[in-house]
Amino acid sequence: MTQQMPLLARYAESLFWMARYMERLENLARLIDVTQTFESPGLENEAWDSLVRIYADESHYAETCGAIEPDVVKRYYLLERSNPNSIVSSIEAARVNARMLRPLISTEMWKHLNVFHRDLLQIADHELQGDNLSRLCSRIKEAVQAHTGITEGTLFRDQGWHFYEIGRLIERADQTTRLLDIKFHRMLPKGPEDRRLEERTQWGGVLRAVAGYHAFRRIAPVEFQPSDVVAFLLTDPCFPRSVLLCLSQTEWHLTQLRTSYGLRGTLTPLEQIEDMRAALLDRSAEQIISIGLHDFLDGMQRDLIGLAAATGDAFFRDWKPNLKQNQSQSQSSAQL
Amino acid sequence: MNAEVVKISEDLFLDCVPGLYVSELATDRPGDNGAAQIVRNRLSAIGLDGLRARAKAAENDLMSLGVTFTVYSDATAIDRILPFDCIPRIITAAEWRKLETGVQQRVAAINAFLHDIYHDRKILRDGIVPAELVLGNANYRPEMENFPVRFGTYVHICGIDIIRDQFGDFRVLEDNARTPSGVSYVVENRHLMRRAFPDLLAGMSLMPVDDYGRRLREALTEIAPEGVDDPQVVLLSPGIYNSAYFEHVFLAREMGVPLVEGQDLVVEDDRVFMKTTAGLRAVHSIYRRLGDDFLDPTVFRPESMLGVPGLIRAWRKGNVALANAVGTGVADDKAVYAYMPRIIKYYLDQDPILANVETNICREAEGLAYTLANLDKLVTKPVGESGGYGITIGPRATKEELEASRAALIANPSNWISQPVIGLSTCPTLTDEGIRERHLDLRPFAVTGRSTWVLPGGLSRVALKAGSLIVNSSQGGGSKDTWVLAEESRR
Repeated sequence: MTQQMPLLARYAESLFWMARYMERLENLARLIDVTQTFESPGLENEAWDSLVRIYADESHYAETCGAIEPDVVKRYYLLERSNPNSIVSSIEAARVNARMLRPLISTEMWKHLNVFHRDLLQIADHELQGDNLSRLCSRIKEAVQAHTGITEGTLFRDQGWHFYEIGRLIERADQTTRLLDIKFHRMLPKGPEDRRLEERTQWGGVLRAVAGYHAFRRIAPVEFQPSDVVAFLLTDPCFPRSVLLCLSQTEWHLTQLRTSYGLRGTLTPLEQIEDMRAALLDRSAEQIISIGLHDFLDGMQRDLIGLAAATGDAFFRDWKPNLKQNQSQSQSSAQL
Repeated sequence: MNAEVVKISEDLFLDCVPGLYVSELATDRPGDNGAAQIVRNRLSAIGLDGLRARAKAAENDLMSLGVTFTVYSDATAIDRILPFDCIPRIITAAEWRKLETGVQQRVAAINAFLHDIYHDRKILRDGIVPAELVLGNANYRPEMENFPVRFGTYVHICGIDIIRDQFGDFRVLEDNARTPSGVSYVVENRHLMRRAFPDLLAGMSLMPVDDYGRRLREALTEIAPEGVDDPQVVLLSPGIYNSAYFEHVFLAREMGVPLVEGQDLVVEDDRVFMKTTAGLRAVHSIYRRLGDDFLDPTVFRPESMLGVPGLIRAWRKGNVALANAVGTGVADDKAVYAYMPRIIKYYLDQDPILANVETNICREAEGLAYTLANLDKLVTKPVGESGGYGITIGPRATKEELEASRAALIANPSNWISQPVIGLSTCPTLTDEGIRERHLDLRPFAVTGRSTWVLPGGLSRVALKAGSLIVNSSQGGGSKDTWVLAEESRR
């Protein structure tokens, strides 16, 4: 036992969610950025349409925004408050959790997140236009990376840190499956032979979006196939954003919670990770693609939701998936 | 101390004329050892532009750090900082000795009073304080009757609002014996000054303000149920949407204890537990920043979601300590305030070290007669209201208003007290026009477990509007760093 200091269940839950929302933000910025590079002349709408479908936001989008138009989709994912998956909604949710965690997290973490929140709320419309968008996405990505760095350097490494990491890793795995899915959408229907070069360029774009292009180049054959990219993103043991690596790290953190802090309840999530690993490794990427990549990714996403739920059941109070933060205002008789 | 040579191109204090009021910085005071002069010289040397630039940077810093309170309007929540004025207020060592002992005396009397009214009620039987004033008070809690608290301490955290009058005397304006707030600003203001004005503080020997968290935790540990070796202390907050949430965070951090919400606690077998990742953990001492009404829905407001069902029962069983105790609001009531000098005399057999603002009690014939004869010179206040409602300021009232006030007093004298108009002291403050005098008060904070400790200084609240006597943060008030000069003040 390294630490006997108790951790409030609510703090564990907030750490988990703060990390998830920050990771979600970063990935959304990456996805928006890569979607823009998928725009081909005359077919701009298609690229943005797949983004909406990847997040299963079709009906909510239609309700609030109507038809698919690039500028509208950009706004929807960056600035729309009624979209719970937008950048502004994510930072809002991350900050609410960070606020609950202020007694626990470092002042530097809080201050950075607080300032980042203020910056994001001030994004102007022109920053979504043309080449500004890519710069904006970089800015968001780098701010989350700063958050990650500050966390690495300042967050006290007791059990709370493990919950933070578990949240971050589950979200990251989920987002990698979505990125892959977005590209898969764009592969349909199968293009003619002369589109193979364009296809390859687009796969390069996917890899760049997750900062994996150079690493992939080092290990993949020169004439790579889409299945090589799929294998890399799903099962590479060294790539920080591969689903398999995220799962292995989650497993390690869960094991630490059991061995170092004596927490019970890790059995179910650990078993789930076992099953997911088997699903990833039992078939080759070619087999997965031929059976149906989209369905496979969909299944992975469901399994990740199940993993988060099992973790929540074990350690968080009154766990409910998609827990809505309680917005009720409370006033006490503060005398000032 | 007066030999410091500072290059000054312009004296920024030329417009600071104390006039009718005492100025806390514009004039030298006996025992300040030249500190006021040095501060004025150094501020002048920084210059108005320099001061404004630093003040702006300091406020940005507070915003980024989230040292804020939240103001809610219809649909939006806005984080505001408590405006910070960078010109400090100075209290000499001798002045502080008097304030400190005066606060300790007052807290001792308040605790003795609460013990008495919830037990033998001697003070009521002896006719010192009218019984209906206490027993009919909305904040009187029958649940407290004959319930013992450790060391006889009911008010563990007390904030006492003090002003300085035209003659330079400190007077108590109000007692805050329920959940007083503001202490976090005392400490944060000092940190801010150290970052933004190292040159102003250089060589100044000030009493430190960093000890509050340690003292508070010590008191909360002392009051934990007997026989618990290493008591678990927690701070119970209404949560992130409470306007004082930053302060709750601050105090939990300074004490090194969990900040819990009602939903984190559960009562089983009349014992209080908190929900952790490893299951339930016992809790022994709770610093609650919830009003009495919200603590336990099974005893008080049934609709309250902020409290903990069964908490009061666990408390009455002696299994957990609460700070402050329930039912302390009866002691900081406006009507009871008027009797405080007599309460001090009754329990401690001492004269008050800190005088009240002279108060005429209209339920007494003499007080009523004097008030009616001097309505145009006095401030009349209803005892049951707070937040400035129902107040008539005689010198500023119209003839009609005075007549209405007269009628109200005659109709129900018990509902009224009257006080002379007080000329609060002022302190030079950075304004758009330059450095000008503004009225201010002082709220020292006292922590009591076995004995009472007072945080040196306290929160100085300043009315930023010219001439205004209202220092409340909700009405445009700001705060200042409060410097208590150490005994042997040397540079």
